[in-house]
Amino acid sequence: MAFRLKLVPDETNINFFRWQRYTFGLSAVLMVISVILLLTMGLNFGIDFRGGTTIRTESSTAFDVADYRAALTEVEGIGDVSITEVFDPTYGEDRHVAQVRIGATDDTEAMTPEQIDAVEAALTEIDPNVKFVAVESVGPKVSSELIKTAVYAILAASAGILLYIWLRFEWQFAVGGVVAIIHDVLLTMGIFSALQMRFDLSTIAALLTILGYSINDTVVVFDRLRENLVRYKTMPLIEVMNLTVNETLSRTLMTALTTAIALLALFILGGDVIRGFVFAMLWGVVVGTYSSIYVAKNIVLWLGVKRDWSKPDPDKLPDQFTEAP
Amino acid sequence: MLDIPLWKRVLILGVVVIGLIWAMPNMFYGRVEAHNDAVAAAEKAGFATEEQEAAIDLWPDWLPSGLVNLGLDLRGGAHLLAEVHVEDVYKSRMDSLWPELRRALAEEREVIGAVRRVEGPEDQLHVEIENPDQMARAVEIARGLASPIVTLSGAGQSDLDITASGNTLIVQLSDAEKAATDTRTIQQSLEIVRRRVDEVGTREPTIQRQGSDRILIQVPGIGSAAELKELIGTTAQLTFNPVIGRGTDPDARAGIGNIVLPSQNEEGVYYTVEEAPVVTGEELTDASPSFDQNGQPAVDFRFNPSGARKFGAYTAENIGQPFAIVLDNEVISAPVIRDAITTGSGQISGSMDVAESTQLAVLLRAGALPAELTFLEERTIGPELGQDSIDAGKLASIVAIVGVVAYVVASYGIFGVFASVAVIMNVVLLLALMSAIGATLTLPGIAGIVLTVGTAVDANVIIFERIREELRKGKRVVSAVDTGFREAMSAIIDANVTTFIAGLVMFFLGSGPVKGFAVTLTIGLATSVFTAIYFTRLLIVVWLERRRPKELVL
Repeated sequence: MAFRLKLVPDETNINFFRWQRYTFGLSAVLMVISVILLLTMGLNFGIDFRGGTTIRTESSTAFDVADYRAALTEVEGIGDVSITEVFDPTYGEDRHVAQVRIGATDDTEAMTPEQIDAVEAALTEIDPNVKFVAVESVGPKVSSELIKTAVYAILAASAGILLYIWLRFEWQFAVGGVVAIIHDVLLTMGIFSALQMRFDLSTIAALLTILGYSINDTVVVFDRLRENLVRYKTMPLIEVMNLTVNETLSRTLMTALTTAIALLALFILGGDVIRGFVFAMLWGVVVGTYSSIYVAKNIVLWLGVKRDWSKPDPDKLPDQFTEAP
Repeated sequence: MLDIPLWKRVLILGVVVIGLIWAMPNMFYGRVEAHNDAVAAAEKAGFATEEQEAAIDLWPDWLPSGLVNLGLDLRGGAHLLAEVHVEDVYKSRMDSLWPELRRALAEEREVIGAVRRVEGPEDQLHVEIENPDQMARAVEIARGLASPIVTLSGAGQSDLDITASGNTLIVQLSDAEKAATDTRTIQQSLEIVRRRVDEVGTREPTIQRQGSDRILIQVPGIGSAAELKELIGTTAQLTFNPVIGRGTDPDARAGIGNIVLPSQNEEGVYYTVEEAPVVTGEELTDASPSFDQNGQPAVDFRFNPSGARKFGAYTAENIGQPFAIVLDNEVISAPVIRDAITTGSGQISGSMDVAESTQLAVLLRAGALPAELTFLEERTIGPELGQDSIDAGKLASIVAIVGVVAYVVASYGIFGVFASVAVIMNVVLLLALMSAIGATLTLPGIAGIVLTVGTAVDANVIIFERIREELRKGKRVVSAVDTGFREAMSAIIDANVTTFIAGLVMFFLGSGPVKGFAVTLTIGLATSVFTAIYFTRLLIVVWLERRRPKELVL
């Protein structure tokens, strides 16, 4: 007998919907909390969405954030400054990285070269070893448009997915799938708000991926559900669902784990530049897996679904047949 | 289902082999890049230096040399998003129209009375006339200056909108002309920016129109966005020079005060021209494609008053002589002067078709930026940071692949090995496709690849889980595998189509990191469907045929 790593026994019979009231309630509560967080604390928008400039500095000598800030208050004509030191486990002893963020002052354009020069000169003065490895500046005019297109992208992707599921399945499935998407996106934005992690264009890319991943997961389960609905015509809906989740559980966890392994490698080793982005995706894998079991299907369970696919719906029979002599 | 015909096997293996060959240059990135750069430089120059020869020899010509383009975040370079102030052109058009209109109105001074320009919006020309009751006549005269629009969309319309209000005559560009002007302005700005960026001769820059009035400029390898801004800010040289002679010898003796310049579109032709130009491009206000009196394609151009005076004097004295239109030290055209051109506007005609006349008009205007540019977004990524990201990305990808392979093999044994081979093949095909279409790999793109690795296994997992179920039901091996593949199909397709929709949306609506991610995600989806369904199946079928296992532990 060959060795096989199995996370899930061959035959499971877990009653997933025994706790449905709690899980669904928890999801609802978490969504409400996310909305409240978004409204009160808001998101820590990066320069992509707020306009402004970020300068990434790198130096072989240790520096003090307070010194940097003091040096920058001397510079004229720049917006509010925030400085964070970047830590990364992969950095050597002699690598000190800081991220300097400067708010936008102009109302359309990016920062002028003179302003950037002045900032760079001020920092070089206190630390001659400092190098400016990346300078990015976004004017407020573009940043507001970027927000708009980002929102459009998420809406359009959701609409496209909704339409596809509706065509391939039944409308109840489409509603379930989309509610699951909203759930995942909201919860992800919620954690970004709670931890005040930087929210920028790459976060939007991550959100869209979460959306794709979550729906991917949901669709695979839906697909099996549809098959089982035809096979077990008389079994109560809730039991068919339970059976389906049990049947697909092994695959769901397997896929979630392989994706998580790949993402974890990127999270730990991929460098600090994309850490936020990868974090969002990791979080999305967890939330997406959860939502495809507990949110999407609960919605379908609530809405009910047409069971007998072999006979046409009597209400929808064409008139000429019902009234035929 | 399980007996795959020979031609299909050959086809599948063929795709895999082609994928391997196309992806291969990326293994030797530095060498291939040096080779490609040297080839391009040698072609441009027409000969190869010793250094370039050596670089060319680094990679054999008969092997594919397509590489995955590295994005700015990986290579380092500068990114600028510029807005073109298209309205600037309306103003200059109105300013240059005023002298013409004044002259035309002055001819009928007895009827109309004195005229003077008064304050108005920048993009309009407001003219007060002394005798308001003669307004109709003034409007008629002004209409005489308007000309029909040549573009397709605006055909049949006039380029000027002329209205009267009280004793004020209001002239402005018609909407159709404004639209045509905008397009021309952007085109011209693009052309100028491209010329100026090409000057620095770095690797393939990206210069694209974005939206209605924006230009996106990405130049890999340049030190900073500030440097790039400076470069774009400098003026390209457009001059009109007297022609001394024409020949084929680039080393011809030019004589004092003369220079030899190559012709832009005639191979091997060189012009000897006077070094001091008669008029320079700074004095040109507009150039547009048109037709001459014989209905042949031509180019209309217009100078500002000082340019017009100089040009008029020169052409009057040199009828029958050619003059050269020189752009960045290349002669783009050398027409013969037929008449003195005193109005400040002229026409270049000759043997050209409509496309050529359009092109020439663009080139003529390429002298100076037609409108002001403001920079809405700028990003500089240092090459060190790019290299760091590549190294980190590489390491992470390798660890990710090893981790996933170990996990999948532990879970599915020999089938796990097949799935792993398929997943690695998937990355190879992804890189091959990206190299072939010249797609750009960015940092989020690497994340996209890693995610593809994670999810590519999904299709195989769906199949394997199905096979497991069938085996548990007591089916025989072959039929279990067969059913497993068939039953898994609809789930795989549905799952991939939905993700594909998200990917397409990201590609079309997104910009920057979103787009970079979408590129690898969508290409990765396509290749993963191929590897998961066809390639894995082929491996399994061959294995079944060889081993003929009585039972299968999965």
